[in-house]
Amino acid sequence: MLANTQGIEDAHPQSAKGSKPALSLTGISKSFPGVKALSEVALELYPGEVTALVGENGAGKSTIVKILTGIYQPDEGEIVIDENRVTFPTAQDAGKAGVTAIHQETVLFDDLSVAENIFIGHAPKTRLGLINRGEMLNQAQNLLNRIGASIDPHVTLRELGIANKHLVAIARALSIDASIVIMDEPTASLSHKEIEETYELVERLKAEGKAILFISHKFDEIFRIADRYTVFRDGQMVGAGRIKDVSERELVKLMVGRSVDQVFPKRAPELGKEVLKVVGYSHPTEFEDIGFTLRSGEILGFYGLVGAGRSEFMQALFGVTRPSKGAIRIDDQVAVIRDPNEAIGHGIVYVPEDRGKQGAVKGLPIFQNISLPSLKETSRNGFLRLVEEFRLARDYTKRLDLRAAALDQDIGELSGGNQQKVVIAKWLATKPRVIILDEPTKGIDIGSKAAVHEFMAELAAEGLAVIMVSSEIPEILGMSDRVIVMREGRIAAEFEGPDLTPEHLVRAAAGIVEARP
Amino acid sequence: MIHSLIKSRETVLAMAILVLVGAIASRFPAFVAPANLVNVFNDTAPLIILALGQMVVILTRCIDLSVAANLALTGMVVAMLNTLLPDLPVPLIMVIAIGLGSVMGLFNGLLVWKLDIPPIVVTLGTMTIYRGIIFVISGGEWINAHEMSDAFKAFPRDVVFGLPVLSWIAILVLIGFIVLIGRTALGRAFFAVGGNPHAAVYTGINVGLTQCAAYIISGALAGLTGYLWVARYAVAYVDIAGGFELEVVAACVIGGISIAGGIGSVGGALLGALFLGIVKNALPVVNISPFWQLAISGSAIIIAVAFNATSNRTKGRVILKKAEHAT
Repeated sequence: MLANTQGIEDAHPQSAKGSKPALSLTGISKSFPGVKALSEVALELYPGEVTALVGENGAGKSTIVKILTGIYQPDEGEIVIDENRVTFPTAQDAGKAGVTAIHQETVLFDDLSVAENIFIGHAPKTRLGLINRGEMLNQAQNLLNRIGASIDPHVTLRELGIANKHLVAIARALSIDASIVIMDEPTASLSHKEIEETYELVERLKAEGKAILFISHKFDEIFRIADRYTVFRDGQMVGAGRIKDVSERELVKLMVGRSVDQVFPKRAPELGKEVLKVVGYSHPTEFEDIGFTLRSGEILGFYGLVGAGRSEFMQALFGVTRPSKGAIRIDDQVAVIRDPNEAIGHGIVYVPEDRGKQGAVKGLPIFQNISLPSLKETSRNGFLRLVEEFRLARDYTKRLDLRAAALDQDIGELSGGNQQKVVIAKWLATKPRVIILDEPTKGIDIGSKAAVHEFMAELAAEGLAVIMVSSEIPEILGMSDRVIVMREGRIAAEFEGPDLTPEHLVRAAAGIVEARP
Repeated sequence: MIHSLIKSRETVLAMAILVLVGAIASRFPAFVAPANLVNVFNDTAPLIILALGQMVVILTRCIDLSVAANLALTGMVVAMLNTLLPDLPVPLIMVIAIGLGSVMGLFNGLLVWKLDIPPIVVTLGTMTIYRGIIFVISGGEWINAHEMSDAFKAFPRDVVFGLPVLSWIAILVLIGFIVLIGRTALGRAFFAVGGNPHAAVYTGINVGLTQCAAYIISGALAGLTGYLWVARYAVAYVDIAGGFELEVVAACVIGGISIAGGIGSVGGALLGALFLGIVKNALPVVNISPFWQLAISGSAIIIAVAFNATSNRTKGRVILKKAEHAT
């Protein structure tokens, strides 16, 4: 089982402070219908040390966090804390065992005070069983002082910034005397100064002897604060060891070094003329100076880490939000897009990432979902013609091979893959020139994925220009003619042809400077 | 699918109404005499008109609590106008009433759209404001029958083809709504905005504008009803139709219009209003104190909501293969 790992065996003997792991997982497997999320993974955390967990999206990092915090139950394997075998049937059990997690988007109560947030569920009580507010405020102040946070425990959480909310979450972790702290991308949405403060805090927690699991995509911070690393890839543990024994290059290799087992459609792209040119698109807080061109028949991939600003840029391009600067040209004509209606008018459509939230209108039947953006075409003199709507829906659902009992069925009754088809059909029915697909295969099964890929290739072959936002490297590599990598709201790199390699993409997205080995 | 939807809501409600009418008729046959049924319908006409307006507002995930106050203010304004200018023709008065009602609806809509204030807060506020304005402009005085012109008072009561004009207006509004909801892009937009506002944005529908349009429609109908109400009862004062907004919302809820938005039908709103109208008219006949009406309406609301909640409950995702084939 450890045959494909490197360095894990030397972890035990010479460890100075944490000779015994505070927590160790062995042989953990977890399956969901159709997917094996984790396969016999192992993970060890040592007191007073930071272990970085790295891996691509979908490698199983969040699944392991959920297992550690009692949200999921593993199918196999065991969890050992301080040499005792434990199970976490509920999140409370994990908390009692001393495991606590600090998430990227902190899950706390915005309208309660800082002290109440720290002590919710275990507030100090008076003899009458009522909450002892004075004592609670006192203890909260002590905890906050202990982590060096200058936060008034009286204020409501809403008034704090994200970094301070993290501090409150950490104070809460200390209040329940957690010995194992999981930090899930804690710096993903922080400013530079806040990131520095977070690092200091990690040092403090280390000094207190906590075992810390630190999940991050940022290589600079991994090398700065972590003592150990564990790499997951496709639900398996592929490497672990001490940070000082590994280079960035080796880590990247471990992360992406896969055998590509997915088959992508063969394409012979015939690029037509330029249909879209974006120049200097900027937004005050989300992205800056985005510029590129797109030709008909082309599939342009947008790769980047979650939060790199890809979807935010696409939303601005589609007119959902407005850029502060920048211009676009469509067919070499200056175009202004102020709302989605104008984007659709210019032939740009956007299939959003979150189908349930942004795509399907539940309560409307399939055919009305499809005709929704095309009502101008299907109506006459301002009156809708249901027959035309039905015809439109029939044409496009046939093309997409939709499996539905009837077109007047409620869309909510369809499976995820079929809902995705309805949403795509809806946009194709507007006869677009440019189609933006945001994570088009996220959360759908392998079979439907292949169908979506096949279909994308067909669209491009018909002369549509396709923009595909994806966080899955195989998909980006398998489908794109050209890839733009975004990082922290800017274009970090653009690759095509032989330069289009997994290593290049990961390095550009993580901000690893090319000069370093 | 459509078939089963009708089965679950409108048909059940229609059955309930028939059973109710049948039960009343078994003891008081006079209740189902055509002349009486016409009376009941005519009595319910204002509720039908307002419930239809309220329906589009609720479809877009909003609510309009200011309808009754809008009605009362418009009624007072047109009544005062009539006392000042008795020769103003009725069609012009109706145009003024609709216009004034629309402006009040627009005000609600703009507050919801542009300032992003929760609809219940906006209309609770404007409800009080509109009532307050009536007091200011009338000085708390009543306008009585003898101060109004005959033409002003007679119009809603005029009988055309066996039905009073008031009833005909309700029928026209009903037909208008069948077209609006079923055959126009705006009607479809109400459902899209309420069913999934995020998706509506991505489809190029302006959510705020659509909600504002719903408020204008509701306001326009409240204005129209304002004239009809004041003319029919030949009196205008600060408190007319006090609390009527709750009856309007109740009619919608009983009619299966989901308070969460996106689900509802013209037939449902009509039946919900008729149900309340029949209960209201039947109670004196069967010699039950009208105070029971409130309790009965309240029970009907709870039963209707409980019924809709169970029929709307999603059955979860179909994971088992055999279940997929079975459906």
